Amino acid sequence: MTNNRIITANQLTKIFGGFKAVDSISFDVHEGEIFGFLGANGAGKTTAMRMLCGLSMPSSGSATVAGFDVYKEPEKIKRSIGYMSQKFSLYEDLTIKENIRFYAGIYGKSDAFIKDKTAKLLQQLHLGSEANKLVRSLPLGWKQKLAFSVAIFHEPRIVFLDEPTGGVDPVTRREFWNMIYEAAASGITVFVTTHYMDEAEYCNRVSIMVDGKIEALDTPSALKRSLHAASMDEVFLKLARKAVRSGD
Amino acid sequence: MRTLKFLLQKEFRQVFRDPAILRMIFIMPVIQLMILPWAADYEVKNIRLAVVDNNHSDYSRQLISKVTSSGYFQLQHYSSSMQQAMQEIEADKADLVLEIPAHFSKDIVKEDEASLMMSINAINGVKANLGGAYLRSIIQDFNREIRLRWIQFPRFNPELNIETTSSNWFNPHLNYRYFMVPGILVVLVTMVGAFLTSMNIVREKEIGTIEQINVTPIHKYHFILGKLIPFWVLGLFVLGIGLTIARLVYGIVPVGNVATIFCFAALYLLAVLGLGLLISTYTSSQQQAILLSFFLMMVFILLGGLYTSIDSMPAWAKAFTKINPVSYFIEVMRMVVLKGSGLWDIRYHMLTMAGIAVVLNSWAIFSYRKRA
Repeated sequence: MTNNRIITANQLTKIFGGFKAVDSISFDVHEGEIFGFLGANGAGKTTAMRMLCGLSMPSSGSATVAGFDVYKEPEKIKRSIGYMSQKFSLYEDLTIKENIRFYAGIYGKSDAFIKDKTAKLLQQLHLGSEANKLVRSLPLGWKQKLAFSVAIFHEPRIVFLDEPTGGVDPVTRREFWNMIYEAAASGITVFVTTHYMDEAEYCNRVSIMVDGKIEALDTPSALKRSLHAASMDEVFLKLARKAVRSGD
Repeated sequence: MRTLKFLLQKEFRQVFRDPAILRMIFIMPVIQLMILPWAADYEVKNIRLAVVDNNHSDYSRQLISKVTSSGYFQLQHYSSSMQQAMQEIEADKADLVLEIPAHFSKDIVKEDEASLMMSINAINGVKANLGGAYLRSIIQDFNREIRLRWIQFPRFNPELNIETTSSNWFNPHLNYRYFMVPGILVVLVTMVGAFLTSMNIVREKEIGTIEQINVTPIHKYHFILGKLIPFWVLGLFVLGIGLTIARLVYGIVPVGNVATIFCFAALYLLAVLGLGLLISTYTSSQQQAILLSFFLMMVFILLGGLYTSIDSMPAWAKAFTKINPVSYFIEVMRMVVLKGSGLWDIRYHMLTMAGIAVVLNSWAIFSYRKRA
């Protein structure tokens, strides 16, 4: 792992009306790491992630993603990242192949690249025989794995995953995390939000957000040590109990 | 350019996979054009007439048979009681009461002057007006007939008599459908343009795919063009279907060049698509988009000269028709289809429509944001 900082955030803040959704958070993400972004519902994780992806304009503070400024160069950022939102975002009325082709196409990938990589991907996912089926007909676990594959299909430097395993069964979750490891091994930095504390253990470093602020940021083992907790679950409960805000 | 290709491919695939859109494109024009022109008709027919005959003479009977044989009236009630006839009106069973006084035939013969009484149910103003006018002219006709029978005219009529001969241009048989069908075609094209476009974009907001699009480096112009082009094509396609139905079912063959219509429609659709896009940027669910489009369509159509003449509107409404794209297309349709106007005759309409298109689209593109 290199210590290149691929994401930097400094006093990043988002205010909706009078409500500070994200309250001057500062952190760095190193290139190639799996960075867990934890927090209760409504803690501000998604808002922070949306600012980094160029979907939401920060109210104040600064941030760079892949070396580009979130205020001035959002389109350059978008070229370097992949994003998988909380909502399932493939087209259900297109087939698996068509979805892959569409998203790869709008990232400007060549036909040869798309064709080669689609074949490989379908084989990896064991979806070869289903390639021409509408996405609508797939079970949720498969959809999530496919959405993740599509999010990194154009070989971005960073991928942002917003609760990618919500509602997915434990076996599929395990497979999903294998895919995340593979992506990280191929050099993609993974920025992932989650509610599952067992998943937090898989991350290189985690940050825990409470009421719009980052309360803790370290490796899982260091966090457990400093808070005298046996598991990440306990770490999370100790920190999140301080929350004043109620979940959404 | 390549990005656009991928967008168009996706849009067309989705359109042709959506049975609701296909139904709207193929069945809606057929039904609207097959049914509406027959029902939406200004001509007043089947006026229900109640006659109060207190005279029971040859003359009164002749008058009644003349009225009923005109084809506009149905004899609903016949009695010698005004009270009974008014009850018919109150129960909305009759539209018009003609009261013939007891001394009607005596007056004609002896006094050379007789009077009749007409009572009209004026809830429906148009029907009342026209019904009264028809009846009046039938009675006048009747009047002339008996005068001819009674009076030997001198060789030179001492009364001044101005004869009017009229000739109907562009729609010689005053066929109402010639007037309505081009207008309904406009409504169809507008529905496809504004409704479908706004719903399509808002749907992507609802299911969340728009966020996925917004996080890609795709340029917003590309995304918008990718949305507009398919519906532009579909709009022209629906117009083609509509013109074909107009020809096959109603025998309406445009006097002018069909290419002129398509030329204007191409421009018109740009404006309407811009409107649909604008609606989608201000709404976040398909329900909102439908309600807003529906409201706007009602206003545009009712103040667009489809059913009522723009010339008889008050000044403020007339001013509104100047910025109402629907009224321009309806006018152009009627000009080209009925009068045979060419591109040069509709240059003013073309220019204005281009202006409206530019304004609506710039506004829509300006308010479309990839980042909140």
